Amino acid sequence: MHRNPDRPLSPHLTIWRWGPHMLVSILHRVTGAGLALVGGAALVWWLLALAGGPEAYAGFTGWATHWTGIAVAVGLTWALFQHGLSGLRHFVMDAGAGFELSTNKFWATMTILGAALLTALVWAYILFGRGA
Amino acid sequence: MTMETPLARVRGLGAAGEGAGHWWQERVTSVSTLLLLIWLGVALLRLPDLGHPTLAEWLTSPLAAVPMLLLVVSAFWHARLGLRVVVEDYVHEEGSKLFWLLLIDFAAIFGAALGLFAVLKVALAAGAA
Repeated sequence: MHRNPDRPLSPHLTIWRWGPHMLVSILHRVTGAGLALVGGAALVWWLLALAGGPEAYAGFTGWATHWTGIAVAVGLTWALFQHGLSGLRHFVMDAGAGFELSTNKFWATMTILGAALLTALVWAYILFGRGA
Repeated sequence: MTMETPLARVRGLGAAGEGAGHWWQERVTSVSTLLLLIWLGVALLRLPDLGHPTLAEWLTSPLAAVPMLLLVVSAFWHARLGLRVVVEDYVHEEGSKLFWLLLIDFAAIFGAALGLFAVLKVALAAGAA
């Protein structure tokens, strides 16, 4: 990186106080990268196992219903909801709306609460609702 | 001799070297991936069970196989665009940036191709209804 050390760095990242909007911003990136790597691999694994026949599929479901598989799946579900909700928030901001400080903070907080709530609902249904 | 100001010459040349095309594709694939994931969730909920025979039979239907193929393309394209931005933001050395961007391109295309092949294999299996 070619930077003239005589020039100041801008913006001065260290002077900002952390807020929900900053957390959501970095969570969007982290969950996006996680979904791309782990989620993409899981999707392909599921489809390949399906194409591999009943035995290969049993191997996949064995892992998917093991507690490690469930832990990864819960993580992916949360990442999907967090990334999806903050993605929807990005659409609103792309339209130029929602930049007022209080509105921005409110919806940033809502994406975090919403993602946690939706993840809990989905897994309550999967683990207890279907009797599976 | 050019009449361009120095600002005009560099405008839009961030870490990626271009801007709006990538930005727009990311938005389009985010909408398509979201809609296709909602479709997948609803479709799986409507199945009586998630065992191999049920899923394999379900994927022989064009209205299941085609959205699934589109989901693979849409999700991997979106993943590729997103991971590119992360590398462009954090990897500043040109050589390693090129390496990671190539790796992302190859991995995304390989992953998508594996997914597409798997769906087609199930969908077009001999003896499938």
